[in-house]
Amino acid sequence: MIVFDQVQKSYQVGGRAIPALHPTSMTIDTGEVFGIVGHSGAGKSTLVRLINLLEPTTDGRILIDDEDITGYTAAELRAFRRKVGMIFQHFNLLSSKTVADNIAFPMKLAGIYSKTEIRERVEELLARVSLSDHANKYPSQLSGGQKQRVGIARALACRPTILLCDEATSALDPQTTQSVLRLLADINKELGLTIVLITHEMDVVRRVCDRVAVMDAGEVVEMGPVSEVFLHPKHPTTRDFVFESESVDRDELQEDLQKAEGRILRLTFKGDATYKPLLGSVARESGVDFSILSGRIDHIKDTPYGQLTLSLVGGDLDIAMQALEAADVHVEVLR
Amino acid sequence: METLLTNVDWAEIGFASWDTLVMVGMSLLFSVLIGLPVGVLLFLFGKRQLLEQPVAYAVLSFVVNVLRSVPFIILLIVMIPFTVMLIGTSLGVAGAIPPLVAGGAPFFARLVETSLREVDRGIIEATQAMGANVRQIVFGALLPEALPGIIAGITVTAITLVSYAAMSGVIGGGGLGDLAIRFGYQRFQTDVMVITVALLVIFVQVLQMIGDRLVLYFSRK
Repeated sequence: MIVFDQVQKSYQVGGRAIPALHPTSMTIDTGEVFGIVGHSGAGKSTLVRLINLLEPTTDGRILIDDEDITGYTAAELRAFRRKVGMIFQHFNLLSSKTVADNIAFPMKLAGIYSKTEIRERVEELLARVSLSDHANKYPSQLSGGQKQRVGIARALACRPTILLCDEATSALDPQTTQSVLRLLADINKELGLTIVLITHEMDVVRRVCDRVAVMDAGEVVEMGPVSEVFLHPKHPTTRDFVFESESVDRDELQEDLQKAEGRILRLTFKGDATYKPLLGSVARESGVDFSILSGRIDHIKDTPYGQLTLSLVGGDLDIAMQALEAADVHVEVLR
Repeated sequence: METLLTNVDWAEIGFASWDTLVMVGMSLLFSVLIGLPVGVLLFLFGKRQLLEQPVAYAVLSFVVNVLRSVPFIILLIVMIPFTVMLIGTSLGVAGAIPPLVAGGAPFFARLVETSLREVDRGIIEATQAMGANVRQIVFGALLPEALPGIIAGITVTAITLVSYAAMSGVIGGGGLGDLAIRFGYQRFQTDVMVITVALLVIFVQVLQMIGDRLVLYFSRK
């Protein structure tokens, strides 16, 4: 468990303290995939680097499994860092070492593993990230996705309990992003390790995260389960992110709504409700006619969800609303 | 051919070439042995680096700059008492080596500092995140990553030392430069001058070629 207790970070620039992270308290549970989303400069990079103290805190405590890491000596901190893997946007592999040597590097640094242990572990990890055929290649000979898989294997070498991902998919194309995210999700499930990932793409959060914190100007402005934050965003920054990820043009949407007749509702549903043939039966029961203005059916991590904006004309609206709510559909009246 | 090169004593040329080779080789060895750690320290003490030490950096940087700003011909003369103290003589091949190292080491140290700065900060960060200490970061990540740059630096230093070694002929340093000055310049034996210069050119070409090959061999980017 990672606990932030009034953690604060500021940089000294020309004798003045510029805040990078305002006092923040939060808890990241063991075994969850926790996303931190924010625009560049929002302080998410700083936040993730506080967890392994690559950035020292200015104030506050960080408790990892009930131990305050801000009080660690240099040697204790180095030992602690071996239990925290980290992957990076630009991979940060050593260009002078082969794939296998890159993966072995943290184990060699730890100085507590025998040569056979290292060799076996490297083979196992290469197989885990499907790169066994590339063991003796150099990073420059690999594609971006392969490089990140090496990064992941390297981060896992010393069997960490926490994995930090710093914009791990931002330099990858959509398809590669998907495969890297799937790998992260598998690792989380199989090894039960806690993953903290920062990103500026809500889509990444939607695919793998259990909970998410939204950051804006050095502050966590919204935090909660992904489905909650994603489907019912409260803070303006969060809404921006959700709209961005759905590539919805809000002006266009407004125009469409202007043209539509009758009442306008937004329905949000998830889980089993997603697959029920609901709209037809509700229309029959209540006698309303509906047209779909916009909609999306997708997955949040493994849970299917849908969000539809409808315009309703005629019939009995109250009956329709009741029927929808009875079927576990969240109804929002837009007009 | 024989009439063109009447003054050329090939045995003398051979000895002088060997002397130049020894002077460059020995001074290069000591320049690297001294310049490499100094370069690493310059890098580590620098602004926003692992061991940021403004005072230590300023002192080290000042010494390096002083040695680098004194024209080598002056450095040769200034160093004489110190060389005598160190080696017992300021003449010949042995006497030329201390001033050559005094000129070569700070030069090489700066080249090392520069090539270490070229290493992606992300690699240092990643290595730190693995729990490495400064020694492990330097030997495990920084030096291997900067190796091609450092080898290129050794090549440039070696070539600079070839010309410095030739200059040391002025204070009786031995080698091809000594030959060029004593025969080519002072006795107007142009043919000796031409041969020594030609040999120096070949020497530099060969050094550059070896250096380029090694850089290519160690480059994985």
